[in-house]
Amino acid sequence: MEKITTIDSTAIPIMRDNIDTDILIPKQFLKNILKTGYGKNLFYDWRYEKPNKPNPDFILNKPERQGAEILISGENFGCGSSREHAVWALKDWGFRVVIAGGYSDIFYMNSTKNGLLAIILPKDEREFLAQAPADAKITVDLPNQEVRYAGKTFHFDIDPLWKHKFVNGLDDIGITMNYEQQIEDYEAKIPSFN
Amino acid sequence: MSKTMFDKIWDKHVITGEPGEPQLIYVDLQLVHEVTSPQAFEGLRENHRKVRRPDKTFATMDHNVPTKDIFNVQDAIARKQIDTLKKNTDEFGVRLAGMGDEDQGIVHVIGPQLGLTQPGMVIVCGDSHTSTHGAFGSIAFGIGTSEVEHVLATQTIWQTKPKTMGIHVHGKLPKGVFAKDIIMGIIAQEGVAFGVGYAAEFYGDTIRDMSMEGRMTICNMAVEGGAKMGNIQPDQKTFDYVSGRKYAPKNMAKAIEYWKQFTTDDESAYDKIIDFDVSDLAPYVSWGTNPGMAIPVTGDFPAIKDEDDQKAYDYIGLKPGDKPKDIPIQWAFFGSCTNGRLSDLKIAAQYMKGHHIANGVTAWVVPGSRTVKEQAEKIGIDQIFKDAGCEWREPGCSACLAMNPDQVPAGVHCASTTNRNFEGRQGVGARTHLASPAMVAAATINGHFVDIRKEQI
Repeated sequence: MEKITTIDSTAIPIMRDNIDTDILIPKQFLKNILKTGYGKNLFYDWRYEKPNKPNPDFILNKPERQGAEILISGENFGCGSSREHAVWALKDWGFRVVIAGGYSDIFYMNSTKNGLLAIILPKDEREFLAQAPADAKITVDLPNQEVRYAGKTFHFDIDPLWKHKFVNGLDDIGITMNYEQQIEDYEAKIPSFN
Repeated sequence: MSKTMFDKIWDKHVITGEPGEPQLIYVDLQLVHEVTSPQAFEGLRENHRKVRRPDKTFATMDHNVPTKDIFNVQDAIARKQIDTLKKNTDEFGVRLAGMGDEDQGIVHVIGPQLGLTQPGMVIVCGDSHTSTHGAFGSIAFGIGTSEVEHVLATQTIWQTKPKTMGIHVHGKLPKGVFAKDIIMGIIAQEGVAFGVGYAAEFYGDTIRDMSMEGRMTICNMAVEGGAKMGNIQPDQKTFDYVSGRKYAPKNMAKAIEYWKQFTTDDESAYDKIIDFDVSDLAPYVSWGTNPGMAIPVTGDFPAIKDEDDQKAYDYIGLKPGDKPKDIPIQWAFFGSCTNGRLSDLKIAAQYMKGHHIANGVTAWVVPGSRTVKEQAEKIGIDQIFKDAGCEWREPGCSACLAMNPDQVPAGVHCASTTNRNFEGRQGVGARTHLASPAMVAAATINGHFVDIRKEQI
């Protein structure tokens, strides 16, 4: 997994609440057997007026917004289906950080597996960040758990285990393999009803 | 200190880690399907890893299988996913109920039907509606593809223990009102995020008196209220349901003795309690673009209070003050992991019997599994639907998420027994109205929703 420490980047605000995973990546794009290539279809139904015809008014299509690594959004982000393709699509487009009011539990777990830093900030702070002009850079400092912009500093919480994984770019399965003996001991004690 | 059923199952499965932090917990059963597994198997292959416990893993095909002419998959990419699952399960030694197999069906229908789903278990699947299996007194939740790979490789998963919420459901359910209406009513009252961070446990006399199928419908949609896990304490009904099924324990007496420990000591064990009285509950219908945007059939659609409401009304083509009976139903869908079991089809058929669907309505019936389909055909339910003018199709997820060609056309209002009314869910521009199978049957006949408690249909 890619390491995340400090990110300085422009941001894109899409401030609706309850942005679900069907909005992030509609099901017709889930038929691939790869983890890449989903970015072009991120927010598909809002982003395209019809196939291959981008909606020029949608913020992801604006030339001055290209290259942003931070997405700012509303409450209950990533609700709905468990599709990890939603996280892959955000990453593939180029986002490395989402700042929202909250996340569905499954989306949050998926973000921790793919180096997408999902930060929770209160509404007033998100609205302040959302006002940033298209070319203004926001700093996300994971080691210090801070988001900084225009002289203001906002603290965020993150579980120490997820932080450790992000900062060191660790792979979950590799970590778990270290517990092989405990897993075997557990399996030896599972009751049998046969 | 008193404990919930959830606490007791969780504590038995912890391999390492302290409460309040992510803990490594053991998984008793992983269900696998074709859409969220290819990248997981590929990850194993790249890292030269095996499936640790093929005996605790079971695969089927449901999300994008055709429900007509099942061996002729037109979509080349869907074909590739289906072929890939066959290849992966062969290579890694995982059991597969593939196309045409007698055990094939929607993953959350076949788990209970085969007796794979049992009390006291931790069950995962790469699908958010895995909460369904919590109806058996298990901890069951949806996971992403990286977690699918992790469980395949290690038979464990890192999770932070959620808080527990008790949802006290009480009162006698009125005639014409069903489990679907209870969960839709709870979500309409509490919102689509009330359960985030919680495992929700449903309890009370209404739940006690409810069939296993009804309990599954409720736990299935707990996730639509944000609760990744919905569960119900196991009782004699649970044990009777599991008993005798294909993968049920051989020594049931011993299993039941073990399962009986998984109860909630008392209400003080929950971190939060919600009270829900069903005595005067009406059938529910969704009007908007998330499952919380729903009202009783007798109600008016609400005023616009924010941008989300405005966008929902724009999408759905209705306006505040309209009523469910004003929705021009042109399509109907019976099926899904929420309401695609035999009992659901039976109830819908009761309402459908002797009637014909309204002019201009297209109605699809998609049984939840091959077994459900065969059982329904045995008792003649298929004929009732066919005589009424419905299409009787092959099992799968179908137009619930419309990954396969089963899509509702743009702008069309669809009465649906499914779980999500998101924008584009049943097809680009499709307008979904969630309701119980009985309500959908009545709407199909009348061309609009009716109050099935009162009106003769």
